[in-house]
Amino acid sequence: MFRIEGLTKVYHTGEVEIHALAGVDLALYERELAVLLGPSGSGKSTLLNILGGLDTATAGTAFFRDAEITAMRERELTRFRRDHVGFVFQFYNLIPSLSARENVALVTEISKNPMKPDEALDLVGLGHRLDHFPAQLSGGEQQRVAIARAIAKRPEVLLCDEPTGALDSKTGVQVLEALTSVNEELGTTTAVITHNVAIAGIAHRVFYFGDGKIVRTDVNKRRVGPSKVQW
Amino acid sequence: MSTLDKKLLRDVIRLWAQALAIALVLASGVTTLILAVGAYRSLEETRSAYYERYRFADIFATAKRAPQFVEQQILEIPGVAAAEARIAEFALLDIKGMVQPATGMALSLPDHRDLRLNRIYLREGRLPEPGRVDEVVVNEAFAKAHSFTLGSKFHAILNGYKRPLRIVGIALSPEFIYALGPGDLIPDDRRFGVLWMSEKALAAMFDQEGAFNSVSIKLLRNAVEADVIERLDTLLERYGGTGAFARRDQQSHAFIDAELKQLKSMAQVIPPIFLLVSAFLINITLSRLIALEREQIGLLKALGYGAVTIGWHYMKLVLIIAGVGIAIGAAAGTWLGQGLTRLYGDFFHFPFLIFQRGMDIYVIAAGISAVTALAGGLRGIYAALTLPPAVAMSPPMPTNYARLSLEKLHLFRHFSQLTIMAIRHIVRWPVRSGLTVLGIAMSGSLLITALFSIDSIEYMIDVVYFRADRQDATVNFIDERPVNVLQSVEHLPGVLAAEPYRAVAVRLRHGHRHRKLAITGKPPGADLSRVLGQNDEPVELPESGLLVSERVAKLLKLKRGDTVDVEILDASRVRGPPDLSVRPTLLNVVRDQKAPEFKSSGLRRNTRRVQIAGIIQSYLGLAVFMDIRALNELLDESPVVSGVHVAFDKSRTDELYKKIKELPAVSAIAVQGEALRKFRETLAKNIYIMTTVYVVLSVIIAFGVVYNSARIQLSERAREFASLRVLGFSKAEVSHVLLLELGLLVAAAIPLAWIIGYGFAWATVQGFESDLYSIPFIIKANTYAISALVVLAAAGASALIVRRRVDRLNMITALKTRE
Repeated sequence: MFRIEGLTKVYHTGEVEIHALAGVDLALYERELAVLLGPSGSGKSTLLNILGGLDTATAGTAFFRDAEITAMRERELTRFRRDHVGFVFQFYNLIPSLSARENVALVTEISKNPMKPDEALDLVGLGHRLDHFPAQLSGGEQQRVAIARAIAKRPEVLLCDEPTGALDSKTGVQVLEALTSVNEELGTTTAVITHNVAIAGIAHRVFYFGDGKIVRTDVNKRRVGPSKVQW
Repeated sequence: MSTLDKKLLRDVIRLWAQALAIALVLASGVTTLILAVGAYRSLEETRSAYYERYRFADIFATAKRAPQFVEQQILEIPGVAAAEARIAEFALLDIKGMVQPATGMALSLPDHRDLRLNRIYLREGRLPEPGRVDEVVVNEAFAKAHSFTLGSKFHAILNGYKRPLRIVGIALSPEFIYALGPGDLIPDDRRFGVLWMSEKALAAMFDQEGAFNSVSIKLLRNAVEADVIERLDTLLERYGGTGAFARRDQQSHAFIDAELKQLKSMAQVIPPIFLLVSAFLINITLSRLIALEREQIGLLKALGYGAVTIGWHYMKLVLIIAGVGIAIGAAAGTWLGQGLTRLYGDFFHFPFLIFQRGMDIYVIAAGISAVTALAGGLRGIYAALTLPPAVAMSPPMPTNYARLSLEKLHLFRHFSQLTIMAIRHIVRWPVRSGLTVLGIAMSGSLLITALFSIDSIEYMIDVVYFRADRQDATVNFIDERPVNVLQSVEHLPGVLAAEPYRAVAVRLRHGHRHRKLAITGKPPGADLSRVLGQNDEPVELPESGLLVSERVAKLLKLKRGDTVDVEILDASRVRGPPDLSVRPTLLNVVRDQKAPEFKSSGLRRNTRRVQIAGIIQSYLGLAVFMDIRALNELLDESPVVSGVHVAFDKSRTDELYKKIKELPAVSAIAVQGEALRKFRETLAKNIYIMTTVYVVLSVIIAFGVVYNSARIQLSERAREFASLRVLGFSKAEVSHVLLLELGLLVAAAIPLAWIIGYGFAWATVQGFESDLYSIPFIIKANTYAISALVVLAAAGASALIVRRRVDRLNMITALKTRE
């Protein structure tokens, strides 16, 4: 689904050059659940941002199927995000002035083939809290609304940046369950960034990042269910 | 510099655009305050210094012909400090190169002493030599308008004789700071001049040897004005006195008073608007800044900084903004104030200008502004002070929103989520949204307040010149003439129609209320000079009874069917020094503040009872009309006329004017077209300046409010907007949320601006109402449209500037940073 070759990203902050990505080669397969592990600053978020069309690369190429993301312009990137990608962030980023259902509807209104907002919220186990506003939801619930919002348009890819980072273990597990069920039921290719090694077990493959490079790739022969994960 | 001050400095630099927008609003308040107060004081100070040095009189009176010894009797009236008796007569002027006749006011100068009162300031030249009939001192404005210098010559028809006059001096007088000619709405120095001539010469010409027909009086400090007026009236009664009046009713003085009043109301109304808006802007901006810096505040407190230190830190930020505003405002106010005072110097004729702007007004303006700014920042500073460090360091809860009851409406289902976001955000912060709307509305209302006067004045011009007084010119006679004079006028070259009128000075009494004014008699079916009803449509004069204007009805508490006592002050003619214009509607603008005892004057004078036949409309003076035949009957006199309104063939204007200039009986002529042209010219200039100033002020408010609101929205909702971008919304769609919200606020503000503007305009009209004139309350659709457009343009420009920031929003940092 994604083909990445020699992807490099250099940030210039003042006179310092930071090589956030130093030539990454990677391929993500259809229906795969991948976990990207690594300490902060190792380049995993930068990679995800470029794959999701939030950021541009300095060098190298990234293809989404046949489309070269690294060659897209602003307008095309917006289109790409709108049509193909779902995002989940550490800090949920829900719109506080919209209820759970409306936060999801925000996306379904502009998608080609969305599911119903209620359906998406059902999928993450929030069918009973449709009309609550973000301020009335717990952290885990807010994150699940964010997942529902991300998947409601039936994206081909779901990119999650520390989705459990702000959550305790129990609510974190609920979020992971939502992610795996989306991956299994909808077949959405999912990439999850975390620095929490415990989560690695739920993935098909685990990529270890260090200093802007992938230092190791593991294939989980036996995956663990989210309920078994603990931290 | 302490570290905290470095932070302060960097905060200011980072927030410069918002800070400047606020400072400009504040500066506008300071500017208008200093401008208005400075100009007020300068004008007031200049006028009173002028009055003081040139001994401007307190009371003025006219008579037909009073013997010289009466002056001594006047001096003996208790309370009188000094008196100056003189001869005052109108004269028609014939000036080379000027087709239409001009009007002059000839005043006598004592031959062997200085003027005791109403002294003239001789700019150049000398006084006329005693007894010289051909030497004259003219007022400076008149000389300038004709490029006259010492030695220039022109002709005047003095008591029927055309005489050549030579200018020997050019002067200014405290009586003619505002020199209004007969029939004019605004001074036209080309068509009105003051001529000072030797008393001996003038007395001989007007058969006033050993006599006078005008007297000015200076009062002692403790004198009772009303008493002196009363005694003066009694004294002059038998010499054809037309009723004395106080300084406040002297035309020149009254017009400057009106201007001063306007400046005062400007100082009272406009600066507070700006100060309030800037307080609001500081409030929202500082609250937002402190919300953003709550972690830093918590940290500072955790490090051991006291609440007072932190509070003072933010207070300094407010004071810096206020300081910039005050500095800009003070500079602009000083500069504009000097300009305005100079403008007054041109318009009003002073020999000198005193720029009066003590430090106190700057200190007051700065103090008020700083206090207002701090008051605006109070809420935010208080929040910073009371924030417990532990709470401060943890992220704030997401803002709580609720469904609106409004949303049950079917309509709401058609809205996109983006639209709902915008609407809920407005409703979530009702006070802030409300104040934003109010702020923007202030901008629009200010424009309406400025522009409506054009509508009102245009309407007044239409009513006065095209519906009521449609004559081309009004010819006044030296004395009342028999009715058959009409035929002579009709035979003048080019005259198409002629209509007589009669003006009589009277005192109207109703109960304990009374007023000196003039009754104007017109022939039935008058077509040139018509009387207009309250709906501004012409009305027929009743066979008997008076038609009084709304203003007169209000002053004397009259309604249709009431009877009033008409005390005839001067049956044979009405005229006098320049305070009395020959325009019938402007005649004898005289007001008694304290009513003198009824008995004395009531019994003394010729009094008749007349019924009020109706209330009519008149924007100029205290108008009272009557059928001319009924008026003559009332006076028990054979039919006479005071003057004639004429319509003439424009192609024969020159011929007609030439003829009129030679008519001995004519004392003055008012040319409608000329008066209107001058009026429009002056108006256009003033309105151009005023409109520019107000547009700038309005734009500053609208821009300041919208820009700051947008910036704060953007700051608060950066994450939301970034989320939307991540979700695949385009830049345009994301900006839509912001612009829609601003748009809704502006849309709500515009009708409010209209309503507030309507209120301001109404208050302005009320404030303007005086015995001299009143302004019709007219606001045209155009004015509403222009105010809306200016607000839209200013709001649109500032919104677009902020929109560019939405476009540059960094999605990643916005999303990854914790609020």
